[in-house]
Amino acid sequence: MADEVRSSSHHLNSRERHALRPKQETALLANAVNMLVGVTSSGDGEFHPPTIMEFFPPAILFEGTPFELNRIMLVRLIAVAAMLVLFWLGTRKMTIIPGRGQSIVEMLLDFIRINVAEELLGKKDGKRFVPILATIFFMILAMNITGVIPFLNIAGTSVIGVPVVLAIVSYVVFIYAGVKKNGGNFFKLALFPSGVPKAFYILITPIEFLSTFILRPVTLTLRLLMNMVAGHILLVLCFSATWFFFVNADGLMALFGVPTLAFGLIFTLFEILVAVLQAYIFTLLTAVYIQLAISEEH
Amino acid sequence: MQGALIQAASAEAAPNLLLPAVYDLVWSALCFAVVLAVFFWKILPNFQQMLDRRSAAIEGNIAKADEAQRQAEAALEEYTAQLAEARAEAGSIRETARADGQRILADLKEQAGVEAARVTAQAKTQIEAERQAAVVSLRQEVGSLALDLASGVIGESLTDDAKASSIVDRFLADLEKSETDKAGLTK
Repeated sequence: MADEVRSSSHHLNSRERHALRPKQETALLANAVNMLVGVTSSGDGEFHPPTIMEFFPPAILFEGTPFELNRIMLVRLIAVAAMLVLFWLGTRKMTIIPGRGQSIVEMLLDFIRINVAEELLGKKDGKRFVPILATIFFMILAMNITGVIPFLNIAGTSVIGVPVVLAIVSYVVFIYAGVKKNGGNFFKLALFPSGVPKAFYILITPIEFLSTFILRPVTLTLRLLMNMVAGHILLVLCFSATWFFFVNADGLMALFGVPTLAFGLIFTLFEILVAVLQAYIFTLLTAVYIQLAISEEH
Repeated sequence: MQGALIQAASAEAAPNLLLPAVYDLVWSALCFAVVLAVFFWKILPNFQQMLDRRSAAIEGNIAKADEAQRQAEAALEEYTAQLAEARAEAGSIRETARADGQRILADLKEQAGVEAARVTAQAKTQIEAERQAAVVSLRQEVGSLALDLASGVIGESLTDDAKASSIVDRFLADLEKSETDKAGLTK
């Protein structure tokens, strides 16, 4: 490790020497900004596409312990704290006749309570699952939206931990709901759907097992994770390319920075949509899985 | 410097995106637990409490409105009933008055008729009495006049009352007879 660092610092020195040629001042400035903001395309005159290391920043605290805190973990904590504070303030003094702020909070909570839980699970069952669905939705939403918030600039869900933990939660919840409703019958209903000739179970049961008990959590995890990873890579690509063209490119090449910047802005808006949409899809699918589990027939 | 470090690290071993690190899982689970706890014990109960209060208030208002509506309807009914009663009463009063009027009118007419009859009868009686008186006085006067005349003619006094009255009576009878004869002729 120490060797690596030393060799890389040599490498850096030689690179910096290269950079000190004609546009040394701009290059230095770019470097300084990179240091501040943490954009990975270095201002050394070469273009570096974003790498997978985007999602594994160096540790800030507790390195090597199970509580290792890096930039993304910190972003998650900030997102969760901000979301909880907003909701706490929004629901602290609720009045019967809502004000403007309370209306927004009510709209958000009612979106989960009515449009997801009650619509899919009915009034009685819906009520039981509102806390878990609201937690999933708002946690994902808060962590997704950090991907486009300046200075945070990365989605808390773009590292597999949160998607996988929430997928496990969803998995456990729908199996719990099914077992509580139908007992051991739940697995029988899930794996041996009624109304099918017995011989077909040879084919259907493995498929049902795979789709219900394996693929559901896997797809939940991967859909969220990959959307966020791709979104982040796309944004980094656009903005680092913009930076490269404006700062390092010669002459007319700099004009290429205009479309990349425009794309960056468009994708930023798109990422907001994706952030909301992915949170919604994850929550909706969890509700659908619960609904399938507690329905009598499959 | 940072870029270099990252490059160094990536040279070491590219971590797998799909393999969660322990710290990643720990922080994720911690975040989830905190969010769930706050939602479960704080945010959603607050929200539910407000919803309950709101529905109670709405129900209360609806009940109040229903009560007011019922009262208004009852009052309206009462007024309508009173109005109908008053109308009926007015009608009956009018009817009674009309009947009374007719009765009074009839009574008056009858009284007037009776009075008229009485007056007529009285008048007739009086006229008859006067006629009788006139007849009597006429007879006396015509008698004495005739006697005077006859006394003058025959030159002697017809003092004998009995004779005189018989003469007068005969004369008058003749007179009456001739009268009726004349009437019979003219017929």
